[in-house]
Amino acid sequence: MSEPTTTTVDVNGHACRVWTKGSGPKIGFLAGFGGLPRWIPFLDRLAESRTVIAPSMPGFPGATGHNILDTHLDWLVAVKGLLGQAGLDGADLVGSSVGASFVAEVAALWPQSVRRIAMIAPFGLFDEKDPATDIWAQRGDDVPGLLCANPQIYKDLKAMPPGANSVEWPIEQTRASEAAARIFWPLQNTKLERRLPLITAPTLLIWGEGDRVIPRTYADKIAKAIPGGAKITTVAGAGHLAELDQPDAVAKAVLAHVG
Amino acid sequence: MHGCEQAPPAGSAYTELPDDFKEKHPSVWVNIHSSLFDPKRAHHMYNDFLDELEYAAECGYDAICCNEHHSNGYGLMPSPNLIATALARRTTDTAICVMGNSLALYNPPTRVAEEFAMIDCISGGRLIAGFPVGTPMDTTFAYGQNPSQLRERYNEAHDLVMRAWQEKETFAFNGRFNQQRYVNIWPRPIQEPHPPIWIPGAGSVETWRWAAERDYVFCYLSYYGYKMARNVMTGFWAEMDRLGKDRNPYRAGFAQVVGVAETRQQAMDLYTEPAEYFYGRCLHVDPRFASPPGYTTEATQRAGLESQVKMAAEASNAGPSTQAPSAMKMQMLARDMKGIVDNGYLITGSPDDVTEQLMDLAKTLNIGQLMLLMQFGNMSKDLTKYNTRLFAETVMPRLKPLFDEWENKWWPKPLRVSERASLPAFAGSSAVAAE
Repeated sequence: MSEPTTTTVDVNGHACRVWTKGSGPKIGFLAGFGGLPRWIPFLDRLAESRTVIAPSMPGFPGATGHNILDTHLDWLVAVKGLLGQAGLDGADLVGSSVGASFVAEVAALWPQSVRRIAMIAPFGLFDEKDPATDIWAQRGDDVPGLLCANPQIYKDLKAMPPGANSVEWPIEQTRASEAAARIFWPLQNTKLERRLPLITAPTLLIWGEGDRVIPRTYADKIAKAIPGGAKITTVAGAGHLAELDQPDAVAKAVLAHVG
Repeated sequence: MHGCEQAPPAGSAYTELPDDFKEKHPSVWVNIHSSLFDPKRAHHMYNDFLDELEYAAECGYDAICCNEHHSNGYGLMPSPNLIATALARRTTDTAICVMGNSLALYNPPTRVAEEFAMIDCISGGRLIAGFPVGTPMDTTFAYGQNPSQLRERYNEAHDLVMRAWQEKETFAFNGRFNQQRYVNIWPRPIQEPHPPIWIPGAGSVETWRWAAERDYVFCYLSYYGYKMARNVMTGFWAEMDRLGKDRNPYRAGFAQVVGVAETRQQAMDLYTEPAEYFYGRCLHVDPRFASPPGYTTEATQRAGLESQVKMAAEASNAGPSTQAPSAMKMQMLARDMKGIVDNGYLITGSPDDVTEQLMDLAKTLNIGQLMLLMQFGNMSKDLTKYNTRLFAETVMPRLKPLFDEWENKWWPKPLRVSERASLPAFAGSSAVAAE
């Protein structure tokens, strides 16, 4: 597994890391809860046939500037600017969890700026009858098992690499959780449902069969709200961050969708 | 030295949590079950709290305190302002310390400016205005505030309240989170330029600095006693030195749980049950509510991580770390009387024992504003009154002269007695009560 190329772009005066790898038509990836403290096998699978571009949203690993974004409009403008600067205007977009919510938003509000989209268990909705898990009110030890079917995968993603700054590394991981909270506290509900009808891009929804954060019923709700509908793929042996648990299966589904 | 009767958090506990509470229920806070709350019993509890605080005023304590908690089985005062107002009508000279209003929870925050001004007017200028950020359990979980914005909102709300109290003309407030076209509060506080401001906090350098820059009192509200507080208060005074502030002990407050009796053995006999109720049942908080991301600033996280070696050493003393979030601390507490006393959470014993330890506390921590929790856990009203009176008669006089050389600049300046309204004698019965 070779390393991606790292560049940074400026969003509101803060540096945001952009990882790039592979060749072929561009495909963007916005990461899920916890962000990307390190490169992941799922992106390697995509990079086998596409140019993968993974920008870090403000406050997620590799980027700062979350704490000047006060409203959802601030976030939308920041993420749209980030995608544009990362060279992703008009590209296929994939997102997971927190990032998938912004894939939906961008596709709804700026339909010309995306080609095809794939979303893995997006945040943004809340159903009182079938509530999503409060991911922030958890004992630290329980979080990996909530996010992944195999908790060790999430632990490995977050484990401090040799030589990393032992103070700044854990702060960066907490910051990622804070950035998600800043957008989605307390219920994950950004009223995304109201904007889903604006989506025109062909849409794939991917759900880990064992998602313990967002119930599978949300996939149907989302698909129903998008005028052109959405294809729903359920991935066996996967939790909320399905791309971590089952990189091959999720990449295969995404690549089949974007063509 | 000012000895304040600190009522809640300890003094407003629901006193009848079941014996198996800790085993059967995950948390005293946030999601404590409604079936445990009997409003008819709470009628008596609230009236007991008020009786106990009024009694403390009668006994000559300098102030009586109340504070704010939400969805909490050991703090039944979501609105301390209601309690303070009731106290204002039943006391005459005692300062009323509301410790305090969590500014970010009020929309608009001018509500705090208004209600505190009301209390100041009703009480004749006896209010001490406390502005806590609030615990994670109260603010982010029970009240749903965004932990990533809590402190920014708190800071802005503070600025708005202070302007609302002091500006003479109606003004527009164009804040990041609050926008009000017409800010013009009626009533206005009696105390000029504003009531004394006390800031409860813990081991955050930013909070010390923020309070010092504004010349406010910093209060370390810990349930873990003065022995655990040394690092925090040493850090606080070192920071005051760096900022060029004097070491006036009245800059600092500290909460201490106290149980006094004729003898040490009698104190153990009397206070073991309420102390174990308090530390065992009241402080049983689910750690998943301990640290919502963003609640602890990155600077404080950094300081904590950098002192991990020190923290590991502290942990081996069988006590909670000073840097751990409050609910996390609560999981590490001693819960049996021996641990509670040995660790200094509770200062107890004969009047001499208690005086000696409080002297040690005041001198080692350099604390002028001593906030005493004379009621804790399920302590009965009779025992609370005994504790309150015995302390006032046998301990307080010996503490008073301490720090006489310093001026307490952070104390209310009430109206002269001749300027104050006279309160009518209380007529207890009415047609409703007779039915």
